[in-house]
Amino acid sequence: MATPDLSIGARLRAGLWDQNQALVALLGLCPLLAVSTSVVNGLGLGLATTLTLLLTNTVVALLRPWLMPAIRLPLLVLIIAAIVSTIDLAMDAWLHGLHRTLGIFIPLIVTNCIILSRAEVYAAKHGVVSAWLDAATMGAGFTAVLVVLGGLRELLGTGSLFDHAELLFGPVARDWSWRLFAADRGLLLALLPPGAFIGLGLLVALKNCLDGLRPSRSGSSSETP
Amino acid sequence: MTAPDTPRSAGFRLGLFAALGLGLVALVAIATREPIARSRDRELREEIAELVPPGSYDNDPLRDQVARPADEPALDGYRARRAGAVVAVILLPTAPDGYNGAIRLAVAIRPDGSLIGVRVLAHRETPGLGDRIELEKSPWIRSFEGRSLQEPERVRWKVRRDGGAFDQFAGATITPRAVVGAVYRTLEYFQRHKAVLLEAGPQGQE
Repeated sequence: MATPDLSIGARLRAGLWDQNQALVALLGLCPLLAVSTSVVNGLGLGLATTLTLLLTNTVVALLRPWLMPAIRLPLLVLIIAAIVSTIDLAMDAWLHGLHRTLGIFIPLIVTNCIILSRAEVYAAKHGVVSAWLDAATMGAGFTAVLVVLGGLRELLGTGSLFDHAELLFGPVARDWSWRLFAADRGLLLALLPPGAFIGLGLLVALKNCLDGLRPSRSGSSSETP
Repeated sequence: MTAPDTPRSAGFRLGLFAALGLGLVALVAIATREPIARSRDRELREEIAELVPPGSYDNDPLRDQVARPADEPALDGYRARRAGAVVAVILLPTAPDGYNGAIRLAVAIRPDGSLIGVRVLAHRETPGLGDRIELEKSPWIRSFEGRSLQEPERVRWKVRRDGGAFDQFAGATITPRAVVGAVYRTLEYFQRHKAVLLEAGPQGQE
């Protein structure tokens, strides 16, 4: 499916809004809901997922000629699994606190449908640079939702923002946390799975509402790059 | 580069990629083995330093593992010493009966059998309810400080709801009950194997 190459601006708008993988394509919801309990957790997993996307899209685009149709999907899964295993080990070694907090959701990136979707739908059919840009923008969109939802849930649930920033940024970040009210006066629901679902639903509704307010927006959300 | 699209060439190619993938992961695993072990050790040292006041010991507890008794499932543990004499034994029990799975604990005990303190190393208890066993969330875990097998007496080594001396949390009894039980059993373990645990064994046994 040859389409004219998109500009970076167009890609960003697609990845962050029109084709946002979490709010529009509704992919990767399991880690999204489970990990978005704080800004730092969401940012951490978002970065890990984006890194995975970048690596897998690049590798798949490079290996395009090798992907025989009969084994394409197993090959994609193999590549993704190898890359995620590598990232998991690297995080255990050098971002140990964050690795412990995110726990099982790092290896579960393998099952994040966004990775396989972008590899199959885009990277397998485009050049390396395009694939890389696609990964960056789609990953950015997913990370943005993780951070926004994480921020909402952290603020409502624990009264703080950016708590435990040292897990991601090192000891210098210990004081970056901002507290609005005491932790035990938070809305517990925000920290539990039902709160995550409700929060995500509200974000999707908000996005749809904002889309509806825009004058004469052509149905660009149905295009695939 | 295309090969004839036969099952054999497909299988061969898949196998080749599998081998490459395995090779990559194996290399990374080897390269990260040291850093991972060091990260884990550092974490454990920090936990121990939180439990046992750093000024009271001068060795590296991680290099002084306790002996493992042969007659029952052994607990992992380390010893803190000052000038060669043991000042604390840090045992690492696991409470299997948490509300949402096992709870890993660090229990620091003085040679006379009294508790220096307890900390939670890992758990999956409910946020806002069971997670109040974390020191960060509530001072509850400090209610173990200074306790021993005699203080309170055995029948009172339970949560209040069961007739004991330890608070439970509003809305969460199972979690504190599991922790209280595990700490008591650890104190008993210490009592049973006191001689072995406190012996001035060779340093650096690992």
